[in-house]
Amino acid sequence: MNTLLHGRLTGLLALGAVIAVLPAFLPNNFYLDIAILAGFNAVVCVGLNLLIGYAGQISLGHAGFFGIGAYASGVLVGVYGWPPILALLTGAVVVGLLAFLVAKPILRLKGHYLAMATLGIGIIVSIVLRTESGLTGGPDGMMVEPFKIFGFELYGEKVWYWVVGVLLVGVVWLSLNLIDSPMGRALRAVHGSEVAAEVVGVDTARFKVLVFVVSAVFASVAGSLFAHYTGLITPAKADFFKSIELVTMVVFGGMASTFGAVVGAVVLTLLPQALTVFQDYQQIVLGGILMATMVFMPKGLLPTLAALLPARRRA
Amino acid sequence: MFAELLQYLLSGLTIGAIYALAGLGFSIIYNASHVINFAQGEFIMIGGMASATLTASGVPLPLAILIGCGGAMLVGVAVAKFAVERARNASTVTLIIITIGASIFLRGVAELVWGKDFKRLDAFSGETPIQVLGASMQPQSLWVVGTAAVLIVAIGLFFNRTLTGKAILATSHNRLAAQLVGIDVKRVVLASFALSAALGAVGGAVVAPITFSYTEMGIMLGLKGFTAAVLGGLGNGPGAVVGGVIVGVAEALGAGYISSAYKDAIAFVIILAVLLFMPNGLFGKRGTERV
Repeated sequence: MNTLLHGRLTGLLALGAVIAVLPAFLPNNFYLDIAILAGFNAVVCVGLNLLIGYAGQISLGHAGFFGIGAYASGVLVGVYGWPPILALLTGAVVVGLLAFLVAKPILRLKGHYLAMATLGIGIIVSIVLRTESGLTGGPDGMMVEPFKIFGFELYGEKVWYWVVGVLLVGVVWLSLNLIDSPMGRALRAVHGSEVAAEVVGVDTARFKVLVFVVSAVFASVAGSLFAHYTGLITPAKADFFKSIELVTMVVFGGMASTFGAVVGAVVLTLLPQALTVFQDYQQIVLGGILMATMVFMPKGLLPTLAALLPARRRA
Repeated sequence: MFAELLQYLLSGLTIGAIYALAGLGFSIIYNASHVINFAQGEFIMIGGMASATLTASGVPLPLAILIGCGGAMLVGVAVAKFAVERARNASTVTLIIITIGASIFLRGVAELVWGKDFKRLDAFSGETPIQVLGASMQPQSLWVVGTAAVLIVAIGLFFNRTLTGKAILATSHNRLAAQLVGIDVKRVVLASFALSAALGAVGGAVVAPITFSYTEMGIMLGLKGFTAAVLGGLGNGPGAVVGGVIVGVAEALGAGYISSAYKDAIAFVIILAVLLFMPNGLFGKRGTERV
């Protein structure tokens, strides 16, 4: 237990240290911007990883929750003049309720039904955002007001970098605690054998629902802040491909590994920037990388690397 | 009033036939290997693109369809052999990502080979609409529905009458037992991918004159095929066919009477409602799990 706690703290401190020193190595705002985008993706992925890695379920609609959060902030602040923090919380509550209502009956089932349901939610959300152009600006998206709190306005890459950095550390800390709680241990049992977990009295469906709701709320909060940061939000941020991208980040970095999810988010946010040199071959390279990673490293990047370095892992 | 309804039903049946073929493809692969193959839509795209571009360069239509079909089968077998089979023991999430990777890869290759623009394929037997009780119907719709019906019956016979078909069924029921009685399980998986690819490609070719062919045509067709398969109870072949027709007809009715902007959402609203209230799909059986 002591070593576990220790390992958890070390990882968190390492993450904090990386976030703290990184700006010194980023020459300009362009790189800072990419780091911020990677941070937003990482926040969503850490939540999604709880669902995929620890509850053994897949969501193909998390971008939909991200989109609801983003548009809640955009519409409530921009059109109705709400305070940004209230809009953010409203988005999070709506997404949490939606996730709860959907998950409750569906997570009692085995197999791919949550994948289907979340896929459906994601697509419906993105179609609504595209169609209700009176509120959402339609396919072109909408401008979002800056985030103001107590008369203080969050502005510029340098400020947002620290906002996202602190948010990421907080989300990772929450996840690590959740994983190591009695509930988290029960979840790992669920992932191992659902029937066995039920036999020893674990209410598996309840845990899965809770994790799904938590991961959806993470996505919504990230979406709200993302909208305020970029100042422009489009339905593409909520569509099926964005959902796939998020799942890919989690699986690429390493399922059931919180830091893996962070690494996956960072690598795959950078990848398209690097792939622009391939131009016409971009999709082929992206698809190829996806397949190759999954075929040759089915556990994902970080766990595979960790297995190569057994000595360091024990430290 | 009635003519309008009939019009919607006819166009719903046409597109529903394609969803049915795609759904059947999902079911066949799911049964043989427990993989949800998100590249199913790309088989449709390959069929549509190959037949449109080949006929444009002078190849006779039947030959063009045959080549597209063969190409899709090769691609299907390649996906099964080089990606899915190698990750045999990986988790379902990993397998889903592999097939999604395959579909992105295939779309990229298709864009490179055929370009991004829409390709036209002439209707197989003219464009003079047929009048049916006041509703008008494109002759191509008859081709779509007829071809789908023939393929579905053929698949049914294949699974119930031929040794290969029975071997695939046996593998889907119990992989280990099938292996013990001498069925080459690996070949069954390859055969199921080839079969699904062929179904998709032929579907893509017959629907191309109605929808046009483009490299992204498979995305929505594939996803709706997946809803058809889940609606009918995943792994239930006849269920997937009925699911496809239901999705197609509901979509046409919804687009006609409610809102055409929300046409693409209707399939997913139905599937959510069904999952919330009839969690095993319309025809799925409540299975007991062996521990």
